[in-house]
Amino acid sequence: MHKKVVMKYAPIALLGLLTVLGACGADSGNDAAPDETVPVEDSSLSGELNVVGSTTVQPVAEVLAEAFEALEPDVIVFVQGGGSSVGVRSAVDGTADIGMASREIKLSELQENPELRIHTIARDGIAIVTEIGVTVDNLSKEQIKGIFAGEITNWNEAGGENLVITVVAREEGSGTRAAFEELVMDDALITGNAILQPSNGAVRTSISVIPGAIGFLSFGYLDDQTKPLAVDGVLPTEEFAASGSYTIVRPLNMVTNGNPEGIAAAFLEFIKSEDGQAIVASEGYLPVN
Amino acid sequence: MTGKKRLESAVKYIFLFSALMSILIVVMIGIFTFREAIPAFREIGIIKLLTGTVWRPGQGQYGILAMIAGSGLVTLGAVVIGVPLALGCAIFLSEIAPPAVRSFVRPSIELLAGIPSVVYGLFGMVVIVPLVRNIDVPGNTGFGLLSASIVLAVMILPTISSVSEYAIRSVPKRFREGSLAMGATKWETMTKVILPGARSGIMSAIILGLGRALGETIAMIMVIGNSVIIPFAASDNPLSIFLSRARTLTGNIAVEINYATGLHESALFATGVVLFALIMIMNSSARMLIGRKKWEK
Repeated sequence: MHKKVVMKYAPIALLGLLTVLGACGADSGNDAAPDETVPVEDSSLSGELNVVGSTTVQPVAEVLAEAFEALEPDVIVFVQGGGSSVGVRSAVDGTADIGMASREIKLSELQENPELRIHTIARDGIAIVTEIGVTVDNLSKEQIKGIFAGEITNWNEAGGENLVITVVAREEGSGTRAAFEELVMDDALITGNAILQPSNGAVRTSISVIPGAIGFLSFGYLDDQTKPLAVDGVLPTEEFAASGSYTIVRPLNMVTNGNPEGIAAAFLEFIKSEDGQAIVASEGYLPVN
Repeated sequence: MTGKKRLESAVKYIFLFSALMSILIVVMIGIFTFREAIPAFREIGIIKLLTGTVWRPGQGQYGILAMIAGSGLVTLGAVVIGVPLALGCAIFLSEIAPPAVRSFVRPSIELLAGIPSVVYGLFGMVVIVPLVRNIDVPGNTGFGLLSASIVLAVMILPTISSVSEYAIRSVPKRFREGSLAMGATKWETMTKVILPGARSGIMSAIILGLGRALGETIAMIMVIGNSVIIPFAASDNPLSIFLSRARTLTGNIAVEINYATGLHESALFATGVVLFALIMIMNSSARMLIGRKKWEK
């Protein structure tokens, strides 16, 4: 998949460079090669599909794309990261056929683009994790809020030993951060003192090496490097998230500009089918329905 | 015109074209960055952007002072650690090392310049950060200015050392011989004759290193913590300011550009313009210093 992405974008990059060199009149980046030219109907599909956006949705989208390509040999699906906001924007301006977003679509985004259609393809839990050595096993949502807002700064204020709490978070604009803020923080702001890392993987590594560190991770990134905490007594497991007792859960969305047609419609249909949802589950996300 | 001459002039124009092309590219990048930054300058205001201490794009607050402070301090730290080391290397290579040793040490130092910066970042994250964490100051996580400065010091070492070695070598031999003939010791010759003679070259080496330090991105993101705060000293010792986390101007762009839209994106381009301006000032002052060689009269 990666190779395909590289090969596909090399000419676009070149084109971009030439455009910049030729005349600096055109607007930024949007003039990169119009891709889907041949409208395809009927039984056998052929052509290209561009899927762009959230790096949280990207891995599962890549696996789904591979399975879809096996079903439709004449279709090539290109999956590219960039972030939730980029996903929404690309779907709106047509650079992508489908945008990916690992958060709710904002009201402002819907107001600007009333044509936007949201397809929830999976749900994902966000776990609160600490460094392995932290003795606390359970926190209330209020405590979590206090810690991330910088009001609770020592583990002994939350039932642990005397150890300074280090908050690790994602950067501004990340879908995981936006979902965490919406689901846990309400109107409170994440402390400016937090260590910010630009990906789930980097957050996990940082937490694992800092004594007393706390952070949040997508369920897909849980492993023995960090210790997941129970929230209000409920452990962050797929089972509890599916049953609704674990509440820090966000939708993983795909968006299209207007109702999907052709390949895009077929791809979304495939994702929502039993086979597609089985793939979603095997990648560690919660299937929809 | 003979065929030979025609070929000559063709070659001349090919090279002229190459030269113009590179200028064009620099100008284009400058214009493009500035154009994208205009909405930020207009809506936020240059003063507010440069002096604002709060950066919360979600809340519409765009101040990059914390990042300017972060970049400034980490560069200062890198210079304090890296310059003595690099100068030591340069003096050793040009004045002391026998040719056999030199032919081994110099390529090793040059090799440092070829290591990708993400490797430096990784090294910093798994080696330097845990070491720095041992310093007992409340809230010290190891991620911060000190770790970043150490990593950066190693990264700018090859630049500073090779340019200053060149500067030291280009001090005319007669100065050295004259000084020694007057009965000065090797140490006196070095500190009173050679280093002052090479001063402008060494200064420009340091400034080139500064420019490199200001522009470094990925290695910094990995070890500096990326917190948007103005670095502060956590204990009575003012030096503990270097244990504070921070964010660099480059890191600000790299960490957030993936997700930025609208004014947020424009503010990141404005960060780029500030960086562009700082590095341009650095490089032109280096050029001015290189231009002055006082013994060439």
